[in-house]
Amino acid sequence: MQLINQSEIQERIDLLKDQDLYIHLEMTTGAYAAHFDSTKHPAATFITNAVIRYSHGSISGNGPYRVGLKMLQGWVYSEGLTHYEESETERLILAGHDSQGKLVVSLQLSREPF
Amino acid sequence: MVEEMKSSVESHILVILPHPDDEAFGISGTLAKHVQNGTQVTYACLTLGEMGRNMGVPPFANRVTLPEIRKKELEESCRAIGIQDLRMLGFHDKTIEFEDQDLLDGHINALLKELNPSVIITFYPGYSVHPDHDATGAAVIRTVGRMPKAERPPVHCIAFANNIEEIGKPKVLNDVRDFLKQKMASIQAHKSQFQAAELLGSKPLEDKEIQDRFGTEHFWIYPFE
Repeated sequence: MQLINQSEIQERIDLLKDQDLYIHLEMTTGAYAAHFDSTKHPAATFITNAVIRYSHGSISGNGPYRVGLKMLQGWVYSEGLTHYEESETERLILAGHDSQGKLVVSLQLSREPF
Repeated sequence: MVEEMKSSVESHILVILPHPDDEAFGISGTLAKHVQNGTQVTYACLTLGEMGRNMGVPPFANRVTLPEIRKKELEESCRAIGIQDLRMLGFHDKTIEFEDQDLLDGHINALLKELNPSVIITFYPGYSVHPDHDATGAAVIRTVGRMPKAERPPVHCIAFANNIEEIGKPKVLNDVRDFLKQKMASIQAHKSQFQAAELLGSKPLEDKEIQDRFGTEHFWIYPFE
């Protein structure tokens, strides 16, 4: 994974618009959050291989970044993205890692199921 | 009464855990010790830990590549310990508590029938923090509990929740100080998950702090009714 290059991600978002895509969207504090610190509220959610289509999408911020994808009826939104996979040219693989390198958020789009 | 697991009498240990790396800290020394004594070990690992948050530092894995990376790490860890038989059951990380219980129990029952283990190692349900740990332990206890009392192998449980005083003191304490080499190699195999260099620092395995921290492994024996 590499640090996000904003203009490159924008190009990739544009390449994937107006078509059916499989999405993986996730956010997690980790299953051990409350075990290590009882004041923490453990939460995690993910959805994998739901089909979406967006007509307009963009990446914004100065890092960590936000991505918003405008669908016919609704939005996909993700904040805290820091890294992307440069070698994946057909799919968009974005993730947000905290200062310890742990994954906190991920947003992935692909024409084929994950 | 605290007892050492009788090294010589175990013919076949069946380990049932949900994630690659669940074996590394709590039981790898115990397994290495038994393997050296000629015990056959089967490790049934339910998932590939594909929802793990650790991707290496700096991150070298991602959600797409993590399952294959963790599979290789698991295989390397098993080689380090000397585990002869690794089964990857193909369930999905984070979903064990939602799985069809008949499907889960069926997999476990098939392993019991095939292997006839002399002891099983799994997580103590309700005292193992991660929902997958608790659900895996619960499936093992359900399945073994259905066997006739006389045929049940003992189930040795790992537990590390903050409320473990509720189940008393662990009944099995294994001195694994002579097997720290295998144990550290198991931990180090899981490169995406652990920063072994930080854990060990520059200390040798003979160091007292290392031996105190990693040299004993303990288990609770599940009290079937």
